[in-house]
Amino acid sequence: MDQIFVALKHWLLGQLATILPAWLLPVVSALMSIAAIIGVFATLFAIMTILERKGLGRIQNRYGPNRVGPFGFLQPAADGIKAIIKEDVVPRAADKVVHFLAPVVLVIPALLVYSVLPIGRNMVAIDLDAGLLFFFAVGAASELAVFMAGWSSRNKYALLGAMRAVAQMVSYEIPLILSTISVVMITGTLSPVKIVEAQSTHAGLLPDWFVFTPWGFAGFILFMISANAEANRSPFDLPEGESELVAGYFTEYSGFKFALFFLAEYLGLFAVSGLGITLFLGGWNSPFAALDFVPSWAWFFAKLLGLIVLFIWTRGTLPRLRVDQLMNFAWKFMIPMVLINLVAAAAWHYVGGGFARWFVSGAIVLGSYLLLGRGLFHGKGITKRTYRYAE
Amino acid sequence: MSAIAEMPPKKFELLPKESGDGELLEVAMGPHHPSTHGVFRMDVALDGEHVVKLKPVFGYLHRNHEKIAEGTTYLSSMPYTDRLDYFCSLTNNWAYALAVEKLAGLQVPERAEFIRAVTAELTRLQNHACLIGFLTQDMGASGTPLMYAFREREKILDLFESLTGARMMCNYMRFGGCRCDLPDGWLAQAQKVVDETPKFIDEFERLLAENEILMARTQGVGKLSGELAINAGVTGPILRAAGVNYDLRKVDKYGIYERFEFKVPLGDHGDTYDRYMIRVLEMRESVKILQQALKSIPDGPIIDPKAKLRGFRPKVGEAYGRIEAPKGELGFYLISDGGPNPYRYRVRPPSFINLTVLEDMCVGQMIADVVIILGSVDIVLGEVDR
Repeated sequence: MDQIFVALKHWLLGQLATILPAWLLPVVSALMSIAAIIGVFATLFAIMTILERKGLGRIQNRYGPNRVGPFGFLQPAADGIKAIIKEDVVPRAADKVVHFLAPVVLVIPALLVYSVLPIGRNMVAIDLDAGLLFFFAVGAASELAVFMAGWSSRNKYALLGAMRAVAQMVSYEIPLILSTISVVMITGTLSPVKIVEAQSTHAGLLPDWFVFTPWGFAGFILFMISANAEANRSPFDLPEGESELVAGYFTEYSGFKFALFFLAEYLGLFAVSGLGITLFLGGWNSPFAALDFVPSWAWFFAKLLGLIVLFIWTRGTLPRLRVDQLMNFAWKFMIPMVLINLVAAAAWHYVGGGFARWFVSGAIVLGSYLLLGRGLFHGKGITKRTYRYAE
Repeated sequence: MSAIAEMPPKKFELLPKESGDGELLEVAMGPHHPSTHGVFRMDVALDGEHVVKLKPVFGYLHRNHEKIAEGTTYLSSMPYTDRLDYFCSLTNNWAYALAVEKLAGLQVPERAEFIRAVTAELTRLQNHACLIGFLTQDMGASGTPLMYAFREREKILDLFESLTGARMMCNYMRFGGCRCDLPDGWLAQAQKVVDETPKFIDEFERLLAENEILMARTQGVGKLSGELAINAGVTGPILRAAGVNYDLRKVDKYGIYERFEFKVPLGDHGDTYDRYMIRVLEMRESVKILQQALKSIPDGPIIDPKAKLRGFRPKVGEAYGRIEAPKGELGFYLISDGGPNPYRYRVRPPSFINLTVLEDMCVGQMIADVVIILGSVDIVLGEVDR
């Protein structure tokens, strides 16, 4: 059961080897992986949209979509059809070529990063030694696409949104990458597959996932906050802040191009959550040895779904930050915090076993969190207030 | 190709800056923009993301309300006042009825005064709850507080529906009293809604009041000094958030408000957070008034027997009736020439006058703040444009 998809692919390739020339086989193999990734994650995108709308609806004390199909679960299909048959409006003043290219440029890197994510045991499209580096290098291309979209639309809201998006994504890229460095330091490898293997043992009650160490826990939370900002999700959704910028950088997009922006946003979210799972949550490993019979890919998607629910919950609860506060948060809290987290990880490695390394590493993380967190609001006069009453 | 398609694309309008390098970007926020609360436009000049100039442009929803009212009888303007501030039709009714009662010298029976106070405070509750919802929506809270507020508003609108037959356009007050008496069981139902409201306000406050993001977004944003507020004629919760003790329920003691125990909360900073918190505290005070009023409603007539519905001609004279509407001082100024129509009819809309300080509050803030400052002013375009 665990290896069913791997076996299926091998069997198919074996069958094809009899009819196809040998030089074509690697291409076919790659195409199979691509088709699987696109199929699975596009379906996940559809599930996520309905899940988010229903989940947000429940948080907001309403039903959410429930008209199309059983319990409204065919709503994504209806949305997709609507997006395709809608008129594609291109503003007269827009730079037409760039305007057309931007959503394409946004979607392709979002799909490319999946090639290095280990979705299950032996289930990774390319087992790159520097997979982590590849992930971030390709993922950084989305900034370009966002700015292309904002610039080419010739719309003031789009331009403001694009400027915000680039500033935000560049700022949060730094803590995103730095928070993964601690894992690289401990495991000594850049390969996502090897990082997952390093977490596959069980020590005592808890599995050996990095999230169950002080530095790993801090790293995971910092990573998820940065991932939230990278994916432009609430409360960091300023680039598309609909209350001030209408829709931000994709204000002037309609029809299927608009849907592509959504697709890319959600694909980016899944990819970065998948990376978080790989780095901190043990990848496709089961939490308990007794549960090893469940297929590894099922664990991966269960964890992914859990993180998605977390994102939906956050979105339904928090208001949005302001641009300067967002930047302050990145440069004055996140980046010092990830740098200190590197020290905590190093201490974990060098202090030696037992209780001492828990204490030292935990003290570094907790102390810096308290100090930096206090400094974030210090001197701004942001406090709880009491109110007086007139006589 | 059409003529429009052949026109050369327009360039961005960049304005020269008074000092320093660079240019200003002029952005028209509105009239179709998701968070201008209706058809309202703000011409904003931006330096980066900072607001340098802001010009409010309104009038898109002008319906000639005042001139139309001068052409019809006094009574037929009553349903039209519902459409001024369509969130609070009952307080609009009351202000207009008060002005006409002053003009015609009518006495309102005690029971009617109680019913008026109860409906007005219920109106205040739902208006403030929704305002907080819209304000957090403008902050990007994806509608969760708004939906909670709407759930509460729904209960109050149900009460209005069973009393007046309409949820929003109530058309309930008459000169010298009210249109119809309370239906059976209405008081018990209202009591239940009022008893549940503090729980809702607590829930709201747990979700919002100490939220760091909300505090960081609103504290120190859009400051309004008490002095400027008085000079500009600002009234209502915005004025009280600026620290000025001015509540018409205490000042004029119109209706039967002097019989109720309630306090007037005041802010010290005059920023958006104060404006938000003052509304929360006013909701609590409204609950107190409602608890007292619902317990002591007397029996009796609901309309002055001298009041005539048909052939109503007040004597020659003028009158100004004002009440503390949820948005501020709502006044109606009437001049009668003895005929069936008012000779002059003028509305003093609170949200229109409160809007005049918008630029003073917004300059120097960021574009994201403009939206929440506008949200905290609490405007309804039906009233601003009339």
